[in-house]
Amino acid sequence: MRNVMAIAGKELRAYFHSPIAYLVMTVWSLLCGYLFYVYTQAYAAASIRREMSGASMPFPTINDFIIRSMLQGFLMVVLLFLIPLITMRLYSEEKKTGTIELLLTSPVSDLQIILGKYVGALALYATLIALTFLYLGLLFIYGNPDAKPLLANVLGLFLYGGALLALGMWISTFTKNQIIAGVVAMVLFLILFVLNWPSQITFNPFTQVLSYLSLGSHLDNFAKGVIDLPDVVYYLSAIVLGLFLTARSVDALKGRP
Amino acid sequence: MIQVEHLTKRYGPTLAVSDVSFEVQKGEVLGFLGPNGAGKTTTMRILTGFLPPTDGRARVAGYDISESPIEAKKRTGYLPENPPLYPEMTAREYLAFVGKIKGVPRRDLKARMGEVAEKCAIEDVLHRPIGKLSKGYRQRVGIAQAIIHNPEVLILDEPTAGLDPKQIIETRQLIRSLAGQHTVILSTHILPEVSKTCNRVVVINQGKVAAAGAPDELNLRLQGFETVLVTVEGPAAEIIDRLQRVAGVNLVEPRESAGARMTFEIHAEKGNDVRAELARAIVESQWNLYELKTSGMSLEDIFLKLTTRDLSEEPDSAAAPDLGQQLAGEA
Repeated sequence: MRNVMAIAGKELRAYFHSPIAYLVMTVWSLLCGYLFYVYTQAYAAASIRREMSGASMPFPTINDFIIRSMLQGFLMVVLLFLIPLITMRLYSEEKKTGTIELLLTSPVSDLQIILGKYVGALALYATLIALTFLYLGLLFIYGNPDAKPLLANVLGLFLYGGALLALGMWISTFTKNQIIAGVVAMVLFLILFVLNWPSQITFNPFTQVLSYLSLGSHLDNFAKGVIDLPDVVYYLSAIVLGLFLTARSVDALKGRP
Repeated sequence: MIQVEHLTKRYGPTLAVSDVSFEVQKGEVLGFLGPNGAGKTTTMRILTGFLPPTDGRARVAGYDISESPIEAKKRTGYLPENPPLYPEMTAREYLAFVGKIKGVPRRDLKARMGEVAEKCAIEDVLHRPIGKLSKGYRQRVGIAQAIIHNPEVLILDEPTAGLDPKQIIETRQLIRSLAGQHTVILSTHILPEVSKTCNRVVVINQGKVAAAGAPDELNLRLQGFETVLVTVEGPAAEIIDRLQRVAGVNLVEPRESAGARMTFEIHAEKGNDVRAELARAIVESQWNLYELKTSGMSLEDIFLKLTTRDLSEEPDSAAAPDLGQQLAGEA
């Protein structure tokens, strides 16, 4: 455990010693802020319209209208591009500078190294999620959103990002070149993201399987504020798969010069 | 302390290390000598558990590197050819991190960091980012990293490569000072380094052990007889006659002369040190003795003798022009 935390601390420090952490946090905050502005404006305009037309028709809650739109509509796509920036250096940089030799000749197991790196990356990602509360917090000050569905949203976002991080780390074991690791991860994420699109056109067992495998389709329930076991299992499986593939890849790495 | 038995490493069809066996006793400094690409780094990477061997066994501090890698790694310090440094960390952060993953107990960590920083003379730069340090300092931080957990075995891959002469001398002194507490293997392709720092030498060439022994022993083994050079001022014919009569001397050859001062090359029987007798003979005859030294084949000569023989038979050198022609043909 001490080894895992030592490596996680080292990774987190590396993010904050380099521009990556600040770049990712800035992009994330800007986009969050922009979306927050757009959706609150729209919500305010809609409520004024409703007041003027009489209060009889059903009206979406703050949760549905603002928070869900932000998370499900756009931020999950932003993450497809931001998370590769976080994962691309995990193994590539160590391979390039030769520090991988230090890690692999230290009395720590491969699993401890992998978990350490994963926890480090996850900590940076958790910082991003925390940043969204800069804006969501305003809703609690000036409105009355429901906290419970929000927790489901955050959990879903965390699991979704966690799966992307594990897969991105796996990609970074293949190359010394961070840019390649980042681009390949992005392409992989995009493909996994659009897998459910065929099922929206034709519905058959094949498109259904594709839809199940899609990274995006499992966030729907979380976005509605529902924690459904199959979705949790899906993301946890993706995380375990990513870590497992990383372990296999690191093992193969040692056979080569 | 280190036992290597029939170690073999194959990369696909290429044989990087072939049936290498040697032992290192506790407290020894073993020099691993060979041209670039001879298999030194591969052997060291196997010993440190970075690469698995294709065949053979290696035991470090009593632990088999394949069977109990974690235990073996706990007792090994390793400095790869390029020091594995994180440029964005300060030297202090780096040593703390390495100490943690090498298993230095939390309460000892600070004290250990102080000790290795003092030993490697990096106390002044501990607060600076490693990326901003000079090459000599980086190398020393690399050595500090290797000894932070006080390992029984220290493996250094070309520790003086790329340093300036002053830094090389300092690094060698540092390595010698470590020899008492640690068993050291260091690789190099620079010959004087071996005679200056090592008790024993393993010459490796094309993945095989070409020779092994103490530096002096290697000298002795490869010579048919011992050669002594003497510079004397006096009558040439008499000198030759007198020196020829010294017990154990086979042959006296005049070499060069500068005025009345002449240099003779004296061949003695193998294993026979005739230097004291020669000096006495010259002084008793009232001649002026200016210089007297053995002219053993230097390690450099041995190295060339052991390694060039094979290289000249290597057919690879003939393959290069062919490739060039092929490329020219395609163009």
